[in-house]
Amino acid sequence: MTQLALVIDLNVCVGCHACVTSCKEWNTSGTAGPMADLKPYGKEPRGTFFNRVQTFEVGEYPQTETVHFPKSCLHCEDPPCVPVCPTGASYKREEDGIVLVDSDKCIGCKYCSWACPYGVRELDEHQKIMTKCTLCVDRIYDMSLPEAERRPACVNACPTNARLFGDVDDPDSEVSVAIREQGGYPLMPEWGTRPANHYLPRRKTRMTIHEDELVRADNPLKKERQLPMPDADDPTLDETTSW
Amino acid sequence: MSKPLHDPLSKELDRQSRIEVKNTTCYMCACRCGIRVTLRDGEVRFIEGNPDHPINKGVICAKGSSGLMKQYSPARLTKPLLRKEGSERGDNQFEEISWERAFDLLEERLAHLRATDPKKFALFTGRDQMQALTGLFARQFGTPNYAAHGGFCSVNMAAGMIYTIGGSFWEFGGPDLERARLFVMIGTAEDHHSNPLKKEISKFKRKGGRFVSINPVRTGYSAIADEWVPIRPGTDGALLLALTNVIVRSGLYDREFLVQYTNAPELVNRDEGSPDNGLFVRRDIPVEEGCFDPQNKLWWDRERDEPVLTHTPAADPYLLGSFTLKDGTPVSTSFQLLTERLKEYTPEWAAGITGIPADTIHRLAHEMGITARDEKIELPIAWTDTWGNEHETVTGNPVAFHAMRGLAAHSNGFQAIRALAILMSVLGTIDRPGGFRHKAPFPRPIPPCAKPPNGPEAVQPDTPLAGMPLGWPARPEDLFVDEDGGPLRIDKAFSWEYPLSVHGLMHNVITNAWRGDPYPIDTLLIFMANMAWNSSMNTSEVRRMLNDRDEDGEYKIPFLVVADAFQSEMVAFADLVLPDTSYLERHDCMSMLDRPVSEYDGPVDSVRIPVLPPTGDSKPFQEVLIELATRLKFPAFTNGDGSRKFRDYPDFIINYETSPGSGIGFLAGWRGKGGEKFMKGESNPRQWEMYEENNCVFHYELPKSYQYMRNWNQGYLEWAKRHVLTRYAEPINIHIYSEVLQRFRLAAQGRSAGRQPPAHLRERLETHFDPLPFYAQPLEAEATDLHRYPLNAITQRPMAMYHSWDSQNPWLRQIHTWNFLYVNSRTAREAGIEDGAWMWVESMHGKVRCMCRHSEAVEPGTVWTWNAIGKAAGAWALDADADESRKGFLLNHLIKEELPAPDGSGPVSNSDPLTGQAGWYDVRVRIYPAEADEPRESAPQFEPVGPVPGQAVQNDPGKWLSWFAGRGGKP
Repeated sequence: MTQLALVIDLNVCVGCHACVTSCKEWNTSGTAGPMADLKPYGKEPRGTFFNRVQTFEVGEYPQTETVHFPKSCLHCEDPPCVPVCPTGASYKREEDGIVLVDSDKCIGCKYCSWACPYGVRELDEHQKIMTKCTLCVDRIYDMSLPEAERRPACVNACPTNARLFGDVDDPDSEVSVAIREQGGYPLMPEWGTRPANHYLPRRKTRMTIHEDELVRADNPLKKERQLPMPDADDPTLDETTSW
Repeated sequence: MSKPLHDPLSKELDRQSRIEVKNTTCYMCACRCGIRVTLRDGEVRFIEGNPDHPINKGVICAKGSSGLMKQYSPARLTKPLLRKEGSERGDNQFEEISWERAFDLLEERLAHLRATDPKKFALFTGRDQMQALTGLFARQFGTPNYAAHGGFCSVNMAAGMIYTIGGSFWEFGGPDLERARLFVMIGTAEDHHSNPLKKEISKFKRKGGRFVSINPVRTGYSAIADEWVPIRPGTDGALLLALTNVIVRSGLYDREFLVQYTNAPELVNRDEGSPDNGLFVRRDIPVEEGCFDPQNKLWWDRERDEPVLTHTPAADPYLLGSFTLKDGTPVSTSFQLLTERLKEYTPEWAAGITGIPADTIHRLAHEMGITARDEKIELPIAWTDTWGNEHETVTGNPVAFHAMRGLAAHSNGFQAIRALAILMSVLGTIDRPGGFRHKAPFPRPIPPCAKPPNGPEAVQPDTPLAGMPLGWPARPEDLFVDEDGGPLRIDKAFSWEYPLSVHGLMHNVITNAWRGDPYPIDTLLIFMANMAWNSSMNTSEVRRMLNDRDEDGEYKIPFLVVADAFQSEMVAFADLVLPDTSYLERHDCMSMLDRPVSEYDGPVDSVRIPVLPPTGDSKPFQEVLIELATRLKFPAFTNGDGSRKFRDYPDFIINYETSPGSGIGFLAGWRGKGGEKFMKGESNPRQWEMYEENNCVFHYELPKSYQYMRNWNQGYLEWAKRHVLTRYAEPINIHIYSEVLQRFRLAAQGRSAGRQPPAHLRERLETHFDPLPFYAQPLEAEATDLHRYPLNAITQRPMAMYHSWDSQNPWLRQIHTWNFLYVNSRTAREAGIEDGAWMWVESMHGKVRCMCRHSEAVEPGTVWTWNAIGKAAGAWALDADADESRKGFLLNHLIKEELPAPDGSGPVSNSDPLTGQAGWYDVRVRIYPAEADEPRESAPQFEPVGPVPGQAVQNDPGKWLSWFAGRGGKP
């Protein structure tokens, strides 16, 4: 089996939103497009984005973490959005596990968005149909692109390479190795949806300093005769005891 | 499951359409990534990073990916516009005119100014990546009144580092994260450098490097730091001095580096009575005169116990110590003077100023020093230094720093940045693997050779300016002042008020011109700078000044020309509007004469090539300059008989030489008749095509042995000389002790012959031109009642927005539609302000109503907001009730371009006294809740402006945008 997915490395995501707009740019003029924007230059603009970045704070000052959290369809292995669809528009592709909406069948009833526990479905309010991340299905199989670029637009764009793309069913794929070795986790596994997308946690690098590293024979102050020395008439053990 | 009706993989449309793919260079920010633009039936379908470009290697950011929305923005200006007769500036009433008329108007006005008093024409530009051309234009015109935006951006970063190590961050150098083990980022927000830094930080973290971010706020890059060290704004100097104190006191400095490659062991005259006090002692030997440090200074040799010429073979100098010369002159090594200075700057002292615990400062200093010492890199690269010593390896101490506007935009920023450069040098990290690396054309001599004109006679009618409009003063004689020491530029740059204002002071131009101080001007041409909004301090007042008239009813700034691609807030104040093209519609070059895109491994320059025709009647500003320069018959733009020399900008780029036969032009790549030369060579008629065939970028990779230690690398310096990057292949020793500053100080003290400052500036100069770094609080803090205004207020730039450019972009504005004031939760609660509530933030200069967001990611004494999200109603083709103007706000209303002088002698610029750097981040504020009956909108508000003629605005409140390339944007 093949299950394509994204693995998002929160350890390096800086929240730049490259994935958000490169997604929109590719898909608005692609087979999933257009992606409408209501009041594009007005009050409370509201548009369709398959991928969004949420930023939130964890902890109290000064032990604060600022987390940038990109979120899009997780392409669940057991997607609750599929069985609820009354027209069969919502479907999961057998060949690669991508969850899609067939725009020609969708009636915009929103059942799927109520069923999705992750809130990643996006109703196109202009066309009144449901839309969502397609993993750029119209890119990744495009043989006219160089092989290295047959990846979702967000993955190609990401300046920190925080988005890995591949087959999570293949134990040797880059994504599987990353999940296995770096503590990759799915969102809300308790829902039993078995999300294909995973996240990699923050990792901290610390430095341990041993006190004796500060007092070394090659200390250049020695050369300048400026290493701290007691004054000549300060007491020493020589005057204090005879053993 | 039934078969899908819709084929998600369909390529049918592309098969039916005309698909074109073109390379050019992004301009959604100043990063200048290579991009690949795909067009479908002539419309932008996709913009992606060019995988073959050295800057971004295929990646692209949120802004770059939204470039097509800027291309098709209704804020685009498409017609030359003239203010309607009878209307006021700011009324936004314009009539369309032809380019011919616009050129005629300008030609007539400017020709008269040039023939009578060239300094009455001022050209100031928001962008500083076209200044090789804009600067040439100003110089050929003969006006000294020219600068780009560096004075209100980060001139302190450029000057503080270049006056110390001969190079600087961003375009001219950066952290080598490929080899670093410890990376310390201080005062950096989400830009400068953008994509390359993101790429490198990510790789650095993945290989286990340790990343410490020192910043009042934890956003962006700081979010993924291993440790966030919150600091009070404007106190960076105190921290850096305390870190250096610990490193020096613990013996964690790189002695060998300091001895060989810096002026640390050189002997300084300490005779208080001598006119040479504080200058290096020099041996009286014949030296060549030139723009470099002559090798006639002295070390104190340990074996012979007497002074010897520096770098005497086999000499073993003291790094620390005080001695007496044979003639009785007391001398000390400059490192001795530094350690004496550092004594008072203990971590315990700095803790009280910075808010960082002393233990943390100790630990950070130890981390830096021990990493530098114990994780040394030895690359098997042989090289030879300028004294003829052969080295089998290149050594690196893998501690890298990056800093930007957070350090720079304070009136004490220059000395703080000098302290940073000294810390980096003490750790032995300059142009070494894992530390700081230069990018060509840097390193330069300290200071670089270009000098401003130095007297009023440099400005003559119908004559090019004698000197560069901007340069690098090395001594009082280089200042651009009159006989009385008064300023000669409209922004007072290079005067005794701001002697090292190497980027000018754009933030004072309008105020000075309005006041007629030092003199009135006639025509102010502003290119791509939003001076009526986010690019000015004291925005409301500046808008009033732009519209102010004298007793005769004439505007105080008589003629205001605005060149821009978009309807910024500034456009409404113009008398004449010149519509610029977008970046996808023009030729451009990132020139070695300007701010190229060089990499650590060698020089890189690049170009933009149009992928689309200009929109409407917009015209690239470069073409406007070439046309005007030709009409005004500038010598460099016309033949002997006065006829046109260059057909257009592309022709100019190919054929212009800095002087006849010099072989130096704007582009370094593919020079010579057939494109066989680089850096220097004859014009190549196919140069643009060759760039186009090569991803729009020229990249020369230096031999490995020339890639490091370039301040002292004989091979590199000779290569640079041969390829005309520099005139002198002389060592560029680091200025731990700045004799340049001391020369100005001696003048201020009245101890040196030659130019003397006006009496009222002597004390200020003596204080600030300290040859050793020191800490003093910013001028604004000194002038403020800190009990009433206890908090610092700063801005940061979000990664998805660049200056004020992107609120017109329907995708990007959905990421940041309006801005909150972020306040530490505890601070907000103490002030009685709820999360999400309306509040006031007030400085001694003004107040702003905005919305509060509680945050745990900001230090308690600081409030902050995103820069330039707030807009004036109706500007940028936004609806008058758009959130940007109704909920968004501009912090600039709280910040003033001038402060009362301490002695009450009149206003002084709110700028660094050394460089004129605008003190954006120095303002002090207080906060309090808005009353319940107040309007739920930001204040101040401004009368909404509508679109100008030529803008494609449809104000339909229910409007949808459903972009689909190839169908006229329609689905």
